Amino acid sequence: MELDIVELSRLQFAMTAMYHFLFVPLTLGLSVIVAIMETVYVMTNRPIWRQMTKFWATLFGINFVLGVATGITMEFQFGMNWSYYSHYVGDIFGAPLAIEGLMAFFLEATFVGLMFFGWDKMSKVAHCVVTWLVAIGSNFSALWILIANGWMQNPVGAEFNPMSMRMEMTSFFDVMFNHVAQAKFVHTVSAGYVTASVFVLGVSAWYLIKGRHEALARRSIAVAASFGLAGALSVVVLGDESGYSATHTQKMKLAAIEGMWETEEAPAPFNLIGVPDMEERETKYAVKIPVAMGLLGTRSLTEEMSGINDLVIESEKRIRNGLIAYDALMDIRAAKGDATPEMTARFEDHSDDLGFAFLLKRYVEDPRQATEDQIAMAAEDTVPGVPQLFWAFRIMVGLGFMFIGVMLFFFIRANFYRMSFPRWSLWAAVFAIPTPWIAAEAGWFVAEFGRQPWTVDGVLPTALSVSHLSVTQVALTLAGFVTFYSILFVIEMGLMVKYIRKGPFMDVPETDAWTKRHEGRLSGRDFTQPAE
Amino acid sequence: MILHEFLDFEVLRVIWWLLLGVLLIGFALTDGFDLGVGALLPFVARTDVERRVAINTIGPVWEGNQVWFILGGGAIFAAWPPLYAVSFSGFYLAMFLILAALILRPVGFKYRSKRQSETWRAAWDWALFVGGFVPALVFGVAVGNVLQGVPFRLTEDLLSIYEGSFFGLLNPYALLAGVVSVSMLVMHGAAWLVLKTEGLVADRARTFGAYAALATIATYALAGLWLAAGIDGYALVGEVVTDGPSNPLMSEVAKGGSWMAAYSERPWILIAPIMGFGGAALAYLGFKARKEGWTMIASKLAITGIIASVGLTMFPFILPSSIEPTSSLTVWDSSSSHLTLFVMLVSAVIFVPLILAYTAWVYKVLWGKVTAKDVMENSDSVY
Repeated sequence: MELDIVELSRLQFAMTAMYHFLFVPLTLGLSVIVAIMETVYVMTNRPIWRQMTKFWATLFGINFVLGVATGITMEFQFGMNWSYYSHYVGDIFGAPLAIEGLMAFFLEATFVGLMFFGWDKMSKVAHCVVTWLVAIGSNFSALWILIANGWMQNPVGAEFNPMSMRMEMTSFFDVMFNHVAQAKFVHTVSAGYVTASVFVLGVSAWYLIKGRHEALARRSIAVAASFGLAGALSVVVLGDESGYSATHTQKMKLAAIEGMWETEEAPAPFNLIGVPDMEERETKYAVKIPVAMGLLGTRSLTEEMSGINDLVIESEKRIRNGLIAYDALMDIRAAKGDATPEMTARFEDHSDDLGFAFLLKRYVEDPRQATEDQIAMAAEDTVPGVPQLFWAFRIMVGLGFMFIGVMLFFFIRANFYRMSFPRWSLWAAVFAIPTPWIAAEAGWFVAEFGRQPWTVDGVLPTALSVSHLSVTQVALTLAGFVTFYSILFVIEMGLMVKYIRKGPFMDVPETDAWTKRHEGRLSGRDFTQPAE
Repeated sequence: MILHEFLDFEVLRVIWWLLLGVLLIGFALTDGFDLGVGALLPFVARTDVERRVAINTIGPVWEGNQVWFILGGGAIFAAWPPLYAVSFSGFYLAMFLILAALILRPVGFKYRSKRQSETWRAAWDWALFVGGFVPALVFGVAVGNVLQGVPFRLTEDLLSIYEGSFFGLLNPYALLAGVVSVSMLVMHGAAWLVLKTEGLVADRARTFGAYAALATIATYALAGLWLAAGIDGYALVGEVVTDGPSNPLMSEVAKGGSWMAAYSERPWILIAPIMGFGGAALAYLGFKARKEGWTMIASKLAITGIIASVGLTMFPFILPSSIEPTSSLTVWDSSSSHLTLFVMLVSAVIFVPLILAYTAWVYKVLWGKVTAKDVMENSDSVY
């Protein structure tokens, strides 16, 4: 396959973003779990909770540093590989990124050092506050990044300025309170909470299987199961909210996820499973649940949902509209500051569809010269890869429900069965460790691949967003990232495993004494059996 | 929103130009000593314990310091989108080098002492050296290129086309600027080590620091003379619109004058180079006289002066184009919109004082020297 600069840049962005997101969800969740543990320590004064805090914080640190390091790549890559995008929407997109730095990242990064090194330098309460500030900083970070990303999915509060040839902000309020962004934020941090909970659960389960650090492991499971249950419920509910908002903002993405080619009569059925076929334009062997899609997507029984084929027709209309805007824009530009009111009016009437005219740039230098065939091809381009979305979505949702089940099970065993966990369930928890990462990556894939062919939905096509670079340059950095990131991944995993195997270090002498004293009542029994 | 109209577009642009300077200087003052310590690591610290002492002086603070850099990137994106788009894509491979070095560095801090193996630690020491030295050099090289003008042009759609090559960046003047940057940050790193360590590490840092201060003075003077004698400046031609739309192609630019003309137009900006030279000279004396606190302050003064002198000399230019001067980016034509600049200013006014306050508090909590004893006693928990 011949890769052009757009494909290579996309590949590099996808790779570095997905790699970055291996570390982010664990940071989001584990920061809160560690803060919860430390709060319990401050409140109860039991050394075991201090030991737990320090142990999980060590693993947090190994993960956190790579999240931070690979985040730098994200912040720079827009300018490096997507320079036209940066020019075109930087006026809106840059602001949340900068505010993220000001409000959130500074907070988390400044205090994370104290969190690790400040134990003996301040009071217990002060240290606990520091740990919470790290957690709050991480989570606020996610808020602003998702406001930026939400704007790419649903570009509100902005309009095109013909004088500066770019989108400019008209309402910061609209950008900030973009409902797509808000739903995404809660969905994403909840996913982080689930990830960290599954991680803590799995590692603790492994300790129980090996009969090590039982005091630490049991308590960690109790925290992880409660926190994880709340997170798993929230992730599914807010995922549904994201789907609902897509009904109105990204119809094409939703139709593709659903493999719904024709507009169905309301209320539409839901394709539980099936084999979408891009060539034949149908979803074969579909198992349909009547009414479900209409209910989920529109929360009504009467609202219709458009299928892919009708949406393509809609796109074609918008391309023709966009051509009028493009023509007016060229007139305004040729007039060099002396645009007539007629030109401006013609432009403003159609400027919402300007981006659709840009879709033609892939085929012809001047979109106004496009043939009917080219317009039809550009309209067809607005359909993202249906089978990929269809399956990635189902993997994510399936795992989402699985997390609810797992967390509920451990929550019940921890609270009502005196912390007794059947051996099979402990093994299951260990093997479940990678699953939240699979779900999270699948989720991002649905969000971003489903946005294609746009970088900013309906505003700027991906093919136009790239920098003017040579294939060699991008291929070189791509190879560099692959090599460099692979090495770092091996090192990170090696250290994670080493520190998990090593277990908590007995840094506090009283922890040992305390554990011996209190484990008296727990000793002499098998953890797979209920107490007494 | 009408609120933003209370501040003129022109005023906001100047404020954001100043804030860009504040961020770059903030980065150089904080993360700068981290880079300097990294670059000095193999020379001032020879044994494992010495190295751990040096690393642990910056251990708890490098992460916060580095945010100045990331925020710098974010603020350029938000307030100066054309600058972000043109420079980051133009300096593509150089940016990749910086990225690689800056990724290596945090990982190095965190992972170095997590295994006992000597090869492991030696490899990370090397990574920390590269992570300190390379960015320090590349930042200077970038500034050296900006002063000469960068070979890019903008199409009518404002797509940036860069005509230079990676090796074109490594021209003699840019390399000289790179040496200024390395000397200055090594001086700063040494000042930090003298402040935070004792014994052999501090002694060696003192020696290196004094040399670095001298090197800073010499190379900075050389770069200034060269700039005056051999490098074309840029100037806006015709009527200057300061509150027009952000479209660099709308203003006329002439290449060929001297950057030094700025000093006859605005003589007060001489204060910047004076601070640069004076600060470095005081730092030299400070190293010699063993006045740790004063050395640090003098070093900060020098860095502030040197960076400010570049910005003040070029004003209103931010990124001149050597091949098509009309495409040059200036303060008046490459900012964000009026509203965005205002929103960003409000968030900066709220958060920057907060950031400064809690950063100061963290440094206060961590006040005091890091000793070999500290490192040995907390071997499991420190870097």
